[in-house]
Formats: sequence, structure tokens, C-alpha cells
Amino acid sequence: MMNPKTQNKVAIGTLYGVAGLVVLILLALLGYILVSGLPQLSWHFLTAPAKAFLKGGGVGVQLYNSFYLLILAMLISFPIALGAAIYLYEYAKDNWVTTTIRTAIEILSSLPSVVVGLFGFLFFVVKLRLGFSILSGAFALTFFNLPLLTRSIEDSLRTIDTTQREGGLALGLSRWEAVTRVILPAAVPSILTGVILSAGRVFGEAAALIYTAGQSAPALDFTDWNPFNISSPLNPMRPAETLAVHIWKINSEGIMPDAKAISSGSSAVLVLAILLFNFAARYLGKRLYKRLTSA
Amino acid sequence: MFLSNDVQGNTEMLERHIVQPADAEHPTILSTEDLHVYYGKKEAISEGDLRFASNQITALIGPSGSGKSTFLRSLNRMNDRIATVTGRIMYRGVDINQPSIDVYEMRRRVGMVFQRPNPFAKSIYDNIAFALRLRGTTDKHELDEIVETSLKQAALWNQVKDDLNKSALALSGGQAQRLCIARAIAVKPDILLLDEPASALDPVSTSQLEDTLLELKQNYSIIIVTHNMQQAGRISEYTAFFNQGRVLEYDTTSHIFTNPQVQITSDYVSGNFG
Amino acid sequence: MMKSTQQLEQQLKRHSKAAKLEIWGKVVSFSALILIVAVVVGIIGFVASKGLATFFTNHVSLWDFLSGKSWNPGVTDANGKPEVGALPMIMGSFLITVLSAIVATPFAIGTAVFMNEISPNKGAKILQPVTELLVGIPSVVYGFIGLSVVVPATRAIFGGSGFGILSGTCVLFVMILPTVTSMSVDALRAVPRYYREASLALGATQWQTIYKVVLRAATPGLMTAVVFGMARAFGEALAVQMVIGNAALMPGSLVDPSSTLTSVLTTGIGNTVMGSLQNNALWSLALVLLLMSLVFNLIVRLIGRKGRLQ
Repeated sequence: MMNPKTQNKVAIGTLYGVAGLVVLILLALLGYILVSGLPQLSWHFLTAPAKAFLKGGGVGVQLYNSFYLLILAMLISFPIALGAAIYLYEYAKDNWVTTTIRTAIEILSSLPSVVVGLFGFLFFVVKLRLGFSILSGAFALTFFNLPLLTRSIEDSLRTIDTTQREGGLALGLSRWEAVTRVILPAAVPSILTGVILSAGRVFGEAAALIYTAGQSAPALDFTDWNPFNISSPLNPMRPAETLAVHIWKINSEGIMPDAKAISSGSSAVLVLAILLFNFAARYLGKRLYKRLTSA
Repeated sequence: MFLSNDVQGNTEMLERHIVQPADAEHPTILSTEDLHVYYGKKEAISEGDLRFASNQITALIGPSGSGKSTFLRSLNRMNDRIATVTGRIMYRGVDINQPSIDVYEMRRRVGMVFQRPNPFAKSIYDNIAFALRLRGTTDKHELDEIVETSLKQAALWNQVKDDLNKSALALSGGQAQRLCIARAIAVKPDILLLDEPASALDPVSTSQLEDTLLELKQNYSIIIVTHNMQQAGRISEYTAFFNQGRVLEYDTTSHIFTNPQVQITSDYVSGNFG
Repeated sequence: MMKSTQQLEQQLKRHSKAAKLEIWGKVVSFSALILIVAVVVGIIGFVASKGLATFFTNHVSLWDFLSGKSWNPGVTDANGKPEVGALPMIMGSFLITVLSAIVATPFAIGTAVFMNEISPNKGAKILQPVTELLVGIPSVVYGFIGLSVVVPATRAIFGGSGFGILSGTCVLFVMILPTVTSMSVDALRAVPRYYREASLALGATQWQTIYKVVLRAATPGLMTAVVFGMARAFGEALAVQMVIGNAALMPGSLVDPSSTLTSVLTTGIGNTVMGSLQNNALWSLALVLLLMSLVFNLIVRLIGRKGRLQ
């Protein structure tokens, strides 16, 4: 039997070791992505179209597709999540209906994204005949995004003091007005942070997309902005492989001679984008909050 | 007219002593009849029938948990979702405690200021103009004017007139509470309900706030819940003493403080409990 | 007097703009909420109807599906029955999930304890931002690193192809580590300060306090964190698919190519024809996946309820 003091020392030493090891693993991971990926990055890499069988292709179309899908998915999911969050915050009574609804949302958030993608395939691609398209992908991403975004907005609303709400009601505002005109503006900084963080998740998602937005990236004509033309970047009905899907695709097919270099570069771009989203979320949130409260 | 429903004889201390205000110059503007408030099955207010005189200040006092805040919040139906309120609340002859009443319209006539200052996360100007805009006042000049008069009435104008576009969250506690008063009177209510408005303020701000209320009394009928006996004594014409969900004594403030008829009131105002 | 009262009553009973807005807002926000619920019901309904077709339309027995060791839906066996034994994938998924959770749990909880109890300063400065960032790293990036680092390493040490459950476990371990760590930190943070103070005041060492008081009080939260990690590992598709080797065989060892429910789904669904048995069988795998995620959900709830009761 060790005496408690020695035991304490050993245990705490071990914990230092464990934490150090974890930091090492995580930093090695980040380091590997950046060290192997950053040298690949160049203007050419970020803008040129991919080459299937030759070296020296870029990820321009995939990068564009990732952003386009992200924006569409956010445009569709934000209003829905906002509405749902407002209902849960303001109107939902504490009864079994609300509990059931909350459970349903929780289930959606815990569904594997591949299941969401398969449903998107079944429903949008096949049933609604949207084919492998930006639109199918955007809907799949919306489903993937809705539960977490709803919860994050509801949490943001709840951080605002309820006396604000009462203040609005006492002026004769309806509950809807009190939430949308008083609580919501005050919660904007925190909502924005949540939206950007969820955007990071959506940006890197691949499993929900391989059978909805598809795994091919037809060349785009960046001078043609008529959404009805097939090569237009805005066309929502064209298949659109994203950067994350691209990494998966070239590694599983293994026909691209420089697949490893392209993957490294793409991984670095994804991680940098996530970093950027993280910093932007913190910075903008703080900035807006300051503007809202400062004299 | 004097309405007195003393329960016991006059020589001993009474259990209840209610004298409703009867001043022809200040007719009743609001009264409660057979009012009961329940939180779930628990009855929070059982005897609380009061009449309130117009253009006067009525103070509601009593120990914590006596039901005075619950009573006040029931008057403009802020308790609608939280509690069940039965009975009649007569405002200028209309029962406002019936489902067909539009509570939003009603609350514009019966305004409320809360315990903790709760300015919105907007500019000082928008704190006041915001509710007006939502109800269709869009004329800039008109809004400017209302903002100015409201802030003047709340005795805040001189301190903030150059900072109207700054965030209201940067105001001090006392200033913030005045802003809340200005915001409440900007929609031109008839009655102003105040729920311990000075409890979060320092003594100087408190006394400024009291001066403001005395000014406002000319245009508004004021009902104020307060913890502070001296405050009730300084500003109110009438005082109601609450205990355990019942109004035990209601009379002119001077009577309550100098010659309470009920033992518990006497104990409370002399600081023996509460 | 009477007239003005009537007028007032009329004004007060008029349906104001606010009241109209209120109804509008309630309807709009409720519709949004119902839409989300409809999505959930839709997903479960569609996947279930497709997944059950294997059993009802193609008359595969549930037992054969769950216990069969041979997965080759296009082929019929000696008895004329299609080979739709999903056991290899189910085993693969469970093995990989359990193994990665077993490895990740001590690291995650140890790190969380370090961050919250031993060195909150270093925790906040280094570990917190790093874990938060890593929670957001896309799973394909984990898969790619697994492919280019873990698989060659496994190959070098154990021989063979390097693809298999071991590589998958390594990838998932690193992938769920940040999630489990940050949730464990939340669980520890929820333990009231005075618990620790009381214990230290009684003369307990810091380790005794951590072990006997803090960890014990935080147990439900820590369990939830681990279950969440397991749910994420179980449902992860691409990162696993990239390193597991995708051979629908019973895993002979940890370094043989194997497969999981998700890996077979991602590779298979595009290569089968809608409505065929091959396709339906894949949907049955999706259904298993979905049911398992419901089970994880249920476990989290049970832990939560038990935690509250204590």
C-alpha cells in the first residue's frame, strides 16, 4: 500500500504524462496536415480544374462547389432553424409534445451523416428526380445542419436575460415581437458565432454529399453566370463534387498520379478554412457584442 | 364614502382593516374584485380587493413572499402564462381580466417598470422609439419629440441628450432605470406599475427616482411595490399591506404608518419583522 | 360616462396588430419546427421501408441476416438462399467502436482532469483551443492521414496490407478524442467547487479528491461523453472506409482487411440497382445503423435520468 502522498505524486505525474501525450498527438496531427499540405498550395492549385489521370491538377472547381453548397445550405437551414428555435424558446409548453419534438431533433443530430446522405439520395436524387445536383446536396446538408443549428440558436436566445422579454411585453408588444425585436437582436453576436461554427462543420462534410451532390465536378465557365446554363457556376442542377468529397474520391479510386499531393493540399485548405471559421466566429461575435453594448 | 370592513371591534387590534380611497378629486381608475391568483394548485393571492385612485401613488408593502409582486404583475396580466388569475380587474369600468381583451392594447395603457433595470440592447433613442415605431409612429419629428419629452419627464434628458445613439447598456443603474421609465411613459399609458424599481439602485439614484415619480403623478396613476418603508412613506398617498397572499390593511399612508389598526402591520412598519 | 366606457371596451377588445402578428409568428415558427420533425420521421420511415424490404419482399430471414457470415447479395448459396449475412460488418462496426472507445476514454478523461483540476491555466491556454479546433476537423482529413500515415505504419509493423480494424481503431481514436475530451471537461466543470474544497479541507490529497469525489460526482457526465464518442465512431463512414480494407469477411485478426456497416454502404450503394435484393440488403445495413444510433441516444437518456435521480 502506497502512502497517500506518494500515490498523489504518482497519479498527478501520470496525468501530466497523459495530457502531454494527447497534446503531442493532436499537435502532430495538425502539424502533419499543415507541413505536408502547405507546400502544395499555390494560386494554380486553388483555381485550376482537377485532372483525372494526369499530374498537376488543381481543386478550383471543388473549392468553389464547397462554398456554393455551404452558402445554399446555410440559406435554407438558417430560417428554418431560427423559426424552430423561436418556437422552442417562446411558445413550446412544457408537455409531452415538446418532449417528443425535442427528442426527434436530438435523434436527427445523432444520425450518422451517411444515413442522412442516403436518405437525401433516396428522396431528392431518385424520388424527386433532382439527380446528383447542388440542390440535392444542399438539402442533405440542411438536414445534417438543422438540429445543431436549432439548438445553438435556442441556446443563444436563452443567454439573453428574460427581463428583456418582459420589458418588451410590458410595452404592449406581442410575444412574437418581443422575441424577434428585443431578444433576437441582443442574441445576434452569439447566434453568429454558432452559425459560423456550424458552417465549418458543413464545409468539411463529405459522407452526406457523395450520393447527393455527386462525385464529379464538371468544368465550370466562370464567365457564364446564367444559372440555367449547364456550365454556369450558379447552375443548381449540376453535379458538384466538393473539396472534402474530392479527398475521399481520389484516395479511394487511386488513379490520379499525384493523389497524395492533391489530398495533402486539399486537407490543408479544409483545415485552414475551419481555422478561419473558428477565428472569424470568435472575432465577429466579440466585435458585435462590443458594438451592441459599448457607449 | 368610506368603506370599512373591520372584522373586530375598534378597541383591540384588528385582523383586517380596509379603507378604500374615497376622494372625489381622484376617482377610482383601477380596482380588483374577488381576485384570486393560483400558481398551479397553490393559492398565492386570496384576499386582494383594492381600489386605486387616479393620479395618486399607491404603495404595496409587505414581507417577501407576501404576494405583493404577484398582485402587481396580475394587474396588467404579466402573469398570464405563469399563474391563473380569477376575478375581475376593472379598468375605467372595463374588466380587463377576460379572454376577449387584447392584452397588448391593454398593456399600452397599463405600463410596467421592473425591479432590475432592463434596457434593451439598443441605442438610448431606439429604446424609447422602438415600441412606437412598431405601432406605426414613423414620423421622425414626432418620434424625436416623444423621445425628448419622455426623457425629460424621467429626468434623464440632460444627462443623455448628446448620447442618444449610444448603447443603453452602457448606462449606470440609476440612469438605466430612468430610461425604463421613459420607455414606459413614451407609449402614453394611463397607469404605471412599478415593481420595486429602486431595489437595485444606490441611495442617490433612489431619491432622484422618487422625485421623478412625484412629478409623474400629475399625469399618471402609479402603483408601486416597495420593500422600503421609508420610500412608501415619502411618496405614496395610499398604502396596502400584504401578508401571506392577503391584503391585511389598506388606508392612507399616514394612517398606516402612524396609526396601524392591525397588529402585524404595526409590527411590520415598526421593523419588528419582515 | 357609460358611453366612454363602451368606447374603451371596444378599443380594448379590438384585435390589435400585435395580436395578429402573434398568431402569424406562432404559425410560422411552428411550421419550421414541424418541418424538422417531418424530416426526422421521413428519414426513419424511408430507411425503414427500404431496409425492411429485404425481409418482407425478398423473404430473407432476419436471423440469416444478423448471423450469416457471408455477404454476397448477388449470389445464392447451396440452398438457393441469397448470401446476405451481415455479421461481418456488424462485428466490424462494434469492434472498431468499442476498441476506439477503450483507447480514447483514459486519454480523454485524463486530459480533461488535467485541464480542469490540475492545471486549468495550461488547459485553457493550450488544450482547450486545440481540442476545440480538432473537433471541427473534417473526417475525410482523418481518413486521409490514416491512409498516408497509419496504414503504412501498421503494414511496417504487422505486415500484410496494413488495412484493417487496427488502422480503423487508430483513426477513430484520434477522431473521437477531442469530442470526448471536451465533453468530459464539461462534465467535470459541472461538479460544484465546494465538493473539492470540502474534500481537501478534510485532509484528502488532490488525487484522492479527484478520484473519490470529482470523478465520482461526474460519472454520469463522463459516461455520456464516452457514449457520444462511441456513437460518432459507430456512424463514421468515410474515414473508416478509407483505412479498413473493405473486405466483407469476418475479421480474422485486427490487421486483416475487414469492413463496417458504413464502409459497405458507402462503397456499395452506388453500384447496385434500386429495388434489387443487392440494393435492399444495403438499406437493411443502413437500418441497422439507424437503429444503433437510436440505441446510443436511448443510452444517453438513461444515463441522464439516472444522473438526475442521484
